[in-house]
Parts: sequence; C-alpha cells; structure tokens
Amino acid sequence: MSFPRTVEATRQLLAAGGYVADTALATSVHLALAMGRPLFLEGEPGTGKTEIAKVLAQQLDRRLVRLQCYDGLDLAAAAYEWDHARQLMEIRLAETAGVTDRERLSDDLYDRRFLTERPLLSALTGTPAVLLIDELDRADEPFEAFLLEILADFQITIPELGTIKAETPPIVVITSNRTREVHDAIRRRCLYHWVDYPDAARERAILRLRAPGVPELLSAQVIAFVQKLRAGDYFKLPGVAETIDWAQALTALDAHELEPELVDDTLGALLKYQDDIARLRGAETAKLVAEAKIAATRLL
Amino acid sequence: MTPGDAPPPFAGALGPNLLAFVRLLRRAGLPLGPADAMEASRALTLLDIASRRQVQAGLRATLVRRHDQEEVFDQAFALFWRDPEAAKHAAAMALMDGVKDTSRPPPASRRVAEALQGDRPPPPPKVEEPPPLLEVAMTVSERERLMQMDFEAMGALEIAAAKQEIRKLHLPLDERPTRRFMTHPAGARIDLRATLRESMRTGGEILGLSHKRRVQRPPPLVVLCDISGSMARYAQILLHFLHAVANERDRVSTFLFGTRLSNVTRALKNHDAEVAFEMVSHLVPDWSGGTRIGDALETFNRDWGRRVLGQGAVVLLITDGLDRQGAAGLGEAAARLQRSCRRLIWLNPLLRWEGFQPKSQGARALMPHVHEHRPVHNLNALRDLVASLSSPPPRRSPR
Repeated sequence: MSFPRTVEATRQLLAAGGYVADTALATSVHLALAMGRPLFLEGEPGTGKTEIAKVLAQQLDRRLVRLQCYDGLDLAAAAYEWDHARQLMEIRLAETAGVTDRERLSDDLYDRRFLTERPLLSALTGTPAVLLIDELDRADEPFEAFLLEILADFQITIPELGTIKAETPPIVVITSNRTREVHDAIRRRCLYHWVDYPDAARERAILRLRAPGVPELLSAQVIAFVQKLRAGDYFKLPGVAETIDWAQALTALDAHELEPELVDDTLGALLKYQDDIARLRGAETAKLVAEAKIAATRLL
Repeated sequence: MTPGDAPPPFAGALGPNLLAFVRLLRRAGLPLGPADAMEASRALTLLDIASRRQVQAGLRATLVRRHDQEEVFDQAFALFWRDPEAAKHAAAMALMDGVKDTSRPPPASRRVAEALQGDRPPPPPKVEEPPPLLEVAMTVSERERLMQMDFEAMGALEIAAAKQEIRKLHLPLDERPTRRFMTHPAGARIDLRATLRESMRTGGEILGLSHKRRVQRPPPLVVLCDISGSMARYAQILLHFLHAVANERDRVSTFLFGTRLSNVTRALKNHDAEVAFEMVSHLVPDWSGGTRIGDALETFNRDWGRRVLGQGAVVLLITDGLDRQGAAGLGEAAARLQRSCRRLIWLNPLLRWEGFQPKSQGARALMPHVHEHRPVHNLNALRDLVASLSSPPPRRSPR
C-alpha cells in the first residue's frame, strides 16, 4: 500500500486505524514516511508511542517486526545468530564427502542457510515491514552504536557474510520512555517527536474510540478529572492508557457520574504509586471531583 | 542542475529565511549543521507551507532532538515567522556574525534573545521603524540576577594529577557483570563463533577452543552535590572532583543543589576545566546560599530519578546534612531515592573528629535511608575524597 500524500491524509490513515493524532504528530509521521527516515518517539509512559507503529503496520498492510529492548540486548538476540550446531554438522559432512578445498568449506559454512534471523535482520529481508524498536532507553549504549548502521543505511554488515541491504527499507519507529538519555548519534538519524499528553478534546476522542461503552457524561467527567490531575504535582502522572483503564473500571462498576468515594476506591487504576494515591485520597479527591464536574459541562 | 531546470521550490523568500532560522537556532544552542538545514528544507517540500502548524511541526521534527529544546524552538519559531522584518533582521545579524557563542544559560527566552542580538549591543532604534527584537531583549533584564561563582582553574599538571587520583577511585560494587560477552582466554564459556572461524584456517579441524566471559562494567554514577553556604569551603575541591569523575568515568550524571537542583552533567563533560566551570557557574543560580535538601531530593526523584537511575546506578550524595528547612520532607525523599537506586552513598564532609554523631535534624532524617554513610574527616585534597570513597564500606551501625 502506498504512503499517504499529505499530512491530512496521514492523520486520516491513523484515525482509520483507531489512532487520534494531532497535527504535529501527523506531520512527523508523514515526514518519516515521505523522507524514509526513522521516527524517534519520546514521551511519558502510556501516551501511545508503541501504538503508532502497530497502527501504521496494520493500515499500510505491512508486517510488524517488534524488538523489545532490555539491558544487555546483544546481536544474537537482536539481529542474527549463526547456527553453530548445524555448522559443525556441515564440517562433518564435508569431511566424509572428502572436501579439501578450504575456500569452499568456508563459503559453505557461512551460508544464509545457517543464519538465524532475529528481528532487525528480519525487518530488512522478506516482505516490507514496520520495524518497532521499543523502549530503546532500556538497552545499553553498545547496542545503540550497533543500531546506527541500520538506521542510516537500512543495512546490516555480517563479518563472515557481507552486507545485507534492505530491498524495501522498513518504516522504523523507535520509542523511548527516557529512563536514560538516548545518544545524540541516534537522534541525529531520526525525526524527533515528543509525544505529549493529549488535550481534553483529543483525549475524549481517544476514549470514545477505545472504550465505546463508557457513558457520555461519565466519559466527560473522567477526562476533566484526569486533565486536572495532570496539572498537579504527582510522582507519576496518569497516561492515556490509565484514563482508558479507569473509565472502563468505572463503567464496570455501573457508575454514571464521578463520586468522591467511587474515585477513592478506583484510584489504583489511575495512579500507580502509593504516595500519590495517599496524597489524592480524601479531601483532594472531593475537590477535584467537584471541579471536574463543572469542567465536564463545557466538554459535553 | 542545468539552467533550464525549474527553480527549487523555495528559491524565493523561504530558502534564505530557513537558513537564517537554522542559524538562529544554532546560536540559541541547538547543535545543528548544514545537513540538518537540508533535511528541514526537504521536509518543507513535503508539507503544505501555507499551514503554519504543519511548517512548525515539520521543522520541529527535523531540527529538534530533545524535548528540552522544544521550548527554545517554539519561541524562535514564533518570533521568526511572526514578522518578516524581524526575520530579515535576524538573518542579517546572523550573517554578520561569525563568532560561536559558547555560553548557554538555560532560560529559553534569553537564549533566543541573545541569539537574535548577536554578540553586539542591540542596534540603535530607527525612528520610523523600531526593531521588532526590542520586546524580546527586555525579558532579559527581567530575569533574576544570578549569583555567580569563580573558580580557580587547575593548571595542566594539576589536572593530570587529579586524573591520576580519580583513576584510583573504586566505589563499592564497582564491577558489575553485564549480559554481554567478550573473547577472553580465561573465560568459562566456549565462544563457538570464534572457534568455528578459527577452524576455517585449519580446514575445518577444531584445534583449540576459544573462550569468552562476561564483560564487567562499572554501574552508572549519579552525584548529587550540596553547594550551599556551609559547604562553600569544599566547593572548589568538590567541583574539581566532579569534573575529573565526569571526564574519566563512563555514565556519570552530576547535579548540584542548594535551594534548587541544577543538572550540570553536560557542562562538566567539557574536557577543559575552565570552560566547564564557566558553564556550570552560569547554570547554577544558588551558590553558597541556603540548603533545602528535602526539596532538592524530591525534585530529583520526580524529574530526574527515572531518567538517570536506570541500569543499577550508584548514587553519591555529598552534603553535610545541614538543612535550612529543618529536614522537612527529607526522610521521605531520601527513602524513595534509596529504593530507586542500587546503592545510596552519603559522603559527609562535616565530621572533623572520630566521635561525631549526626545531630542536626537533616542528618538524623537522612541517616536511616542511606546504604552507606562515609564521613570525611579532613577534606583538603582530592586524594582524601578518593581514598574515603574507595575504602571498603564501613560496618553498618544498627538503625
């Protein structure tokens, strides 16, 4: 499937996949597609960074290749691995067949047959793909250095085999939660976009798409409450994912409107640190609920 | 391009304007090169340039690399595209100016204003056409006057000596096994890939095995250093220590605090101590003032903890525990800090004799929440500091 030609078409493409993007994000995605550059998405957890890659893959009818990063992620797990057992077997077979040509043995041994593809290599070969490198901040610096070749030229150099270049460059989406600063060299090769918390109108649209069962009044109050909460000074602010969870939790409890006690009982869906919950619970909740109810009337 | 070709899309006003804009951003501290300007101009050809929001988003995607640069960018963009006269003026200023501005104090409005002005004083306003930049320049004077600190820079010999000392620094738990392997003759595991490659020389016959072992690596180090009045006497030596550590070790983040918390990591990474100190003194507004340790730690936990404490970081907290606020909130903040790092080491330079007990409220609040309390009885030289940090951890006193 071909890429959308304008920013508006990109926004509609994402919307068709259930992703409500603002102009800035749609522009970044559009440019990443049109310029063939990796898209580097940074932002707080739960703001829908990973989702963009999934929606792009689904809407552009491409394979999604996901690489979840972790500390110590190495080549063998991320890019490729030689199948040593089969290589040893090959040596045995060559011996029994009486092969004495050392050059040929070397060529036979380092053949693509013995190469196990891991996500990065797999994204470069085969059908066109969307490569999602998720939470790059969790990997360590040596891995970032290795990524540079892939991001700049969409190729991997394997010492024993040579350089493998992608026929169709994959769409690359990199996400980071900023648990560590990702190196400038990576950033330079990408288009950068900071994924912020959505404003009330956009969050409402997201909620409507993602949790269609939530009553209108409740949904407006939930959004107003969360938006007010995000202005506060909490250790971990709720992301969109938490908003959706919470709205669904309230709906499951048959709530039609926010009530202070109900909010207190379900805070665990919204805030994930005990200090934050303790701070909000009680008087603060009542105050925010009252404010949210007033603000919600403007949303409806 | 042959003369017969159509002109490039932005040969008119936008081309030079874009270049001037990139130059302006560069002067405001964004590290941009010619390749970035080309990328930005390519991006513009793909967008609807009548839409200001698209242009802004597109330029931001190509010219901004970090979240904290976005504010500078947005301000510069607003200024630049609001008024074509301002744009031309800025472009002219930027063209005239060949000097690279190295000082980068943080507030965005001032940086943009300075970048627009160049290094010269603002031009005298013409009667019929007041320079549109005046409004920006005014905000500079509104900024609070910051207290600055001068440090004697070290000579080349002293720097060399300091680096020698720092190499002796060996924090507890300094060797951490990573999940990465390297070929090593004494390794416990067999490196099959290397073994097979080796065997190619002998026609597939495996004559000897190659081994590998885990790479050992020191954990990230986060230093939180108190620079309040009571610590002033140590400021010089501490700063030299921080500078040497930041340059000698991998993965070091440095924060200074008095009444506020300042991240000076990037400034201290500058190899030239003099330049580094100059940058630090610009960044830090509260030398030799009061201390609010609780606030500083809370700010650190909220804004930085999750960004720099990953991968098993060791935190070195350098403070005398004398808190202006009487330790309000210090216990909770320290407890959270202790839970989010691998090891919290408190280096306390107040103790001047062996029998000292931490009596101040701050010290008493801090004490139960540190993994290690390292008193420095005599902090006159970098050597004392390194020796104190490298000695084996003291026996923990019962809480």
